[in-house]
Amino acid sequence: MISVNSLTRRYGPVVAVDDVTFDAKPGLVTGFLGPNGAGKSTTMRILCGLTPATSGTATVLGRPYAALPNPGRHVGVLLDASDQHAGRTGREVLALSALVMGVDRRRVDEVIDVVGLTERESHRRVRNYSLGMRQRLGLAHALLGDPEVLVLDEPANGLDPAGIRWMRSLLRGFADDGGTVLLSSHLLNEIELVADEIVVIGNGRIVASGTKAELLRGAGTTVRSTDDAALEGALRAEGIASTRAPGGGLVAEAEPAGVGAAAARHGIVLVELRQADGRGLEDMFLELTASTAREEVAA
Amino acid sequence: MSAPVGTQPTSATAPGATGNPAHPVTRPGSQVSLPRIDGARPTAGIPFGRLALVELRKQLDTRAGRWLLVTIGLVVAGIVTIMLFVGGGAHGYEGYFGATALPLMLLVPIVGILAATAEWSQRTGLTTFALEPRRHRVVLAKVVASTVAAVGCLVAALALAAVANLVAVQGRGADSPWTLSAGMLWGVALVLVLSLAQGVGFGLSLLNTPAAIVGYLVLPTVWSIVTGLVEQMRSVGQWLDIGAATEPLLEGAAMSARDWAQVGTSSLVWVVLPLAIGFWRVRRSEVK
Repeated sequence: MISVNSLTRRYGPVVAVDDVTFDAKPGLVTGFLGPNGAGKSTTMRILCGLTPATSGTATVLGRPYAALPNPGRHVGVLLDASDQHAGRTGREVLALSALVMGVDRRRVDEVIDVVGLTERESHRRVRNYSLGMRQRLGLAHALLGDPEVLVLDEPANGLDPAGIRWMRSLLRGFADDGGTVLLSSHLLNEIELVADEIVVIGNGRIVASGTKAELLRGAGTTVRSTDDAALEGALRAEGIASTRAPGGGLVAEAEPAGVGAAAARHGIVLVELRQADGRGLEDMFLELTASTAREEVAA
Repeated sequence: MSAPVGTQPTSATAPGATGNPAHPVTRPGSQVSLPRIDGARPTAGIPFGRLALVELRKQLDTRAGRWLLVTIGLVVAGIVTIMLFVGGGAHGYEGYFGATALPLMLLVPIVGILAATAEWSQRTGLTTFALEPRRHRVVLAKVVASTVAAVGCLVAALALAAVANLVAVQGRGADSPWTLSAGMLWGVALVLVLSLAQGVGFGLSLLNTPAAIVGYLVLPTVWSIVTGLVEQMRSVGQWLDIGAATEPLLEGAAMSARDWAQVGTSSLVWVVLPLAIGFWRVRRSEVK
């Protein structure tokens, strides 16, 4: 369980994290979505006690991260795959942390094995690792203490498609077992595929949050008729906003039932009527972040 | 010390084939699953000894760290070897050991500086301070671990000086006595620990390896040059010049109360103050 309450972090005049509130619940994968520089990493660093908050609170498993006894045994953290000493071997990085956490050395072999690093790769220095291998090492590190909570910042970065798929099922399994997962990404597709709940951040502020289904609802209705111009007028008369879809037809900002009823009242023949799907989270994401991005330019 | 782990030999065991609780975290496309760690999650913090042990290991597990220690050994060995060929090698054990003091003072603190700054320069701080958020404990562990490393260097210097003196006496027939005054041994040890703490202090307050090394090597020297040049500052300079204040200690000379007081005041400025600033900075600063 992760609880973030009214979290704010200022850097001089810049507000990197602005009154951010959300929860990540056990048994679910919570996706933390936002463009680069939106405040995701800062929020996650505050969560892990690495960056002090200007105001607000963040708790993991009911207490501030810094108050967790031996936190590595409760929370698995991957904030940056490049945060390892380039001169150490992957295995040594894990062995050091295992020593700190007080877990058996055998655990190191187990996590190396489960993330799919080979024995030989584990003996190479991190300097010679590809980004994908570093991410695997980072995930191995996060799993080392058999935690209840995972906090992962852009874990899919640098992984090949097979690796991304692998990570997704790993996180799914972790959450299905009752674990809490908070993972960030600037890639919609990644979050859409793995997250149960989504928190969207833009310019430091939460711009949307909810279950994936909730966020996808409200995408509008795709409607096509024998006379789209007449339909457009009819919808306007009923107070329903609509836009022309690129491939013909309209996208109306209402539920399909409402659009159908409006068409019926005006005697318009519909040839297609369904929940808009092509939009996906991507349009929502772009739409939500575009306004904040524009503000940035204007400022 | 370490928590018990699942009784199964490896994670390569197929889930369900054993009595181990099956963990849903599996390596996709394979039968590899990650066992759980048996037993309750810890409710106690990390023992300090474990942190110190880890910090000591961190000084030895990189090429940079190992080579630094090897270099210290080589420099010390080189110096006593050269001395063997000077003046018939009859310098006495104390002479050989005393000659290793200066290189130790210059190089050993770099061990401390690297230990302090690596968390920032190599960005390992994200991991280190996520595993132990009580950062002052990590800093203390670094101080303890670097002190252990420094004592190791001192023991190595004593041993190399002994080898050199043995060669001088046995091999060259030199009249080189084996006496070593306790004053000199403890004096060198004390100055070494002070220099090391100074290095750690500079490392922690600057959090940047080159700046800390340059600062450690240059600042006290600049200070003694400046105070030596300016007439009005000379009397103050004596009290704040750590190099001059600790010099008699390195020679095993008798120390007056005033000498000790000068060691104290100069250490306050060059050792305690940087350490205090360092502690404060590490506790407050943002780890990125």
